Amino acid sequence: MSALSRASAQYSTKIDNEGLLGDPKPMWRQAISRLLGIRSGQIGLVIILVLLFIAAFADLIAPYNPQQVLIGVEQVKKREAPCVHILGCDVSKPQHLMGIDGNVRDEFSRVLHGTRVSLTIGLTTVSAALIFGVFFGAISGYFGGWVDMIIMRLMDVILGFPSLLLAIAIVAVLGPGIQNALLAISIVTLPQYARVTRASVLSVKELDFVAASKVMGASHRHILFFRVLPNAMTPIVVLATLGIATAILDAAGLSFLGLGAQPPMPEWGTMLGSERNQIFSAPHLVFFPGIAIMITVLGFNLLGDGLRDALDPRLNHS
Amino acid sequence: MLGYAVRRLLIAIPVLFGILIVTFVMARSIPGDPCKAMLGEKASAATCEAFTQRFGFDQPITTQLGIYMSDVLRGDFGNSIRFSRPVTQILIERFPMTIELALLALIVATVAGVTLGIIAARKHNSAADVTTMIGANIGVSMPVFWLGLMLAYIFGVTLKGTFLWLPPSGRLSAGISSIPFYEVWGWQLAAESGWSKLLEFFSNMYIFNALITFNWPVFWDAVRHMLLPVIALATIPMSVIARMTRSSLLDVLGRDYVRTARAKGLLETDVVRKHALGNAMLPVVTILGLQLGALLSGAVLTESVFGLAGVGRLLVEAIFARDYPIIQGVTVTIAVAYVVINLLVDLSYSYLDPRIRQQ
Repeated sequence: MSALSRASAQYSTKIDNEGLLGDPKPMWRQAISRLLGIRSGQIGLVIILVLLFIAAFADLIAPYNPQQVLIGVEQVKKREAPCVHILGCDVSKPQHLMGIDGNVRDEFSRVLHGTRVSLTIGLTTVSAALIFGVFFGAISGYFGGWVDMIIMRLMDVILGFPSLLLAIAIVAVLGPGIQNALLAISIVTLPQYARVTRASVLSVKELDFVAASKVMGASHRHILFFRVLPNAMTPIVVLATLGIATAILDAAGLSFLGLGAQPPMPEWGTMLGSERNQIFSAPHLVFFPGIAIMITVLGFNLLGDGLRDALDPRLNHS
Repeated sequence: MLGYAVRRLLIAIPVLFGILIVTFVMARSIPGDPCKAMLGEKASAATCEAFTQRFGFDQPITTQLGIYMSDVLRGDFGNSIRFSRPVTQILIERFPMTIELALLALIVATVAGVTLGIIAARKHNSAADVTTMIGANIGVSMPVFWLGLMLAYIFGVTLKGTFLWLPPSGRLSAGISSIPFYEVWGWQLAAESGWSKLLEFFSNMYIFNALITFNWPVFWDAVRHMLLPVIALATIPMSVIARMTRSSLLDVLGRDYVRTARAKGLLETDVVRKHALGNAMLPVVTILGLQLGALLSGAVLTESVFGLAGVGRLLVEAIFARDYPIIQGVTVTIAVAYVVINLLVDLSYSYLDPRIRQQ
């Protein structure tokens, strides 16, 4: 092989790797293949897939019903320590991987079912914040002027409060409960999405294809929602992924304080909060729900970091 | 610099007013009779009549807002339902604890975070770097209340009897009390004056108070009680700061002027210390302001875990007692403090980075 053809072969593979020549892959497939090449993205994706699997099949995986009180069913005591057979627990006793909770229920089954609750919490709060945040941010960035002024000053005011504090205050007015807690978290995280969308829309709307659309007589609505927004989504996707992590943490915090999910719902923060005074006698009831929260949050954080690197190398901050 | 400071101040003022309007709207959104909400269920018809007059509930909403704003600006949040005492007085007793906790956590987080970040960046891709970054990733993912409880369990229970034992709750051990510095120094104070309130405020920071009165037993006891809450609260900001310092320093170490400094034959320590670090710290200063918000939010949870009588725990207890004047007072005070702190951070940032001022 001549030096020239070798060089051109190298050149073409180099370009092909970037997806510019040959069969052009859709942008999202490029992004996914790049994400799979990033360590934090790989780990995050695996964690989240496992959690999704647990959430979907919690009923089948969990050895007990999360609400089933085991008094009279088995010989177990309230807040009994974990009994794992392979770790030397007496085989004659029933196996409880994470022990028994304060109401004589299987902690492991409750933690598994908690996955479903926490993922739902993360996804719903972020979706709500995302829909309204992106809408306000897009309008603000696209139209500018006094619309921009009013929306952004309002967002500044919300950001003027420490987020969890404002969420607590909103719950104080609306009353404790999971729905109000989710609403409160959506409200306090909304400005982040609005700000990022606005900045992204501001840069995209100056591009040539937007001008072309305008020249062709497209309506504002068409340009904004079909031309500008789809091309401004990259930073929003990253923020939303990281936002799921924060939303789960904040919701767990509110539930821990008794302001969010109420017992007997198997929510990790609630489970942890209702047994916090037993930390000295039954630490397993605090330890396991906390680990579950940590793994879930870690998964979304890692995926978010990976997405950031995969989608936009310029945003690489960690 | 002055021009920038004035401009930045002008941005902060509408935000402060916005905060007052938001809290006003929230207070008016409380379901039920406002008089019963603010004065408690046992309020009589006569007191309710006086209450309506005082806060202008029979007036247009704008007048009510005006009354509310002038009250807040004078530091008058009404009386707590649960304690039957002025909210401001309760805040003077409770707020210093939260400030002390948040400040100590901020100091620990900054010092430890910056140090870890520098180590990780200097030894890029080494075992130390990878360990620090894995640790930082786990650190930002931990719920602060869980970490607090686990620390209380490890240091308060399993290490009981060893010298590593630390008290898992409270501010001072039984039998030890903090004597305000003005009493130690024998100052005669006029009760109910603004000056004496200010002194009382500072004396309620036990560690600070013990330090300036050279009361070492109290100082040591207060520090020991504060260690676990501070570690719990500092972990998340520390991880964020470590990650930020590392990426920022790595970025700066790749710049041309660092290469020049190395080419001059400077020691690597001098390159980092004199040329890279100053520039690498700028993004870290910006996130400090954001981290303070996280610290104030986290303080609410930390105080609940460690049974500390700060404003965070006060707020949570007030929600369950439906003590709305307290909720309002705490929310407004923390939000205003947060805005002022962010203002200071921005000003110090512009002082450190002249490029910001010229924008």
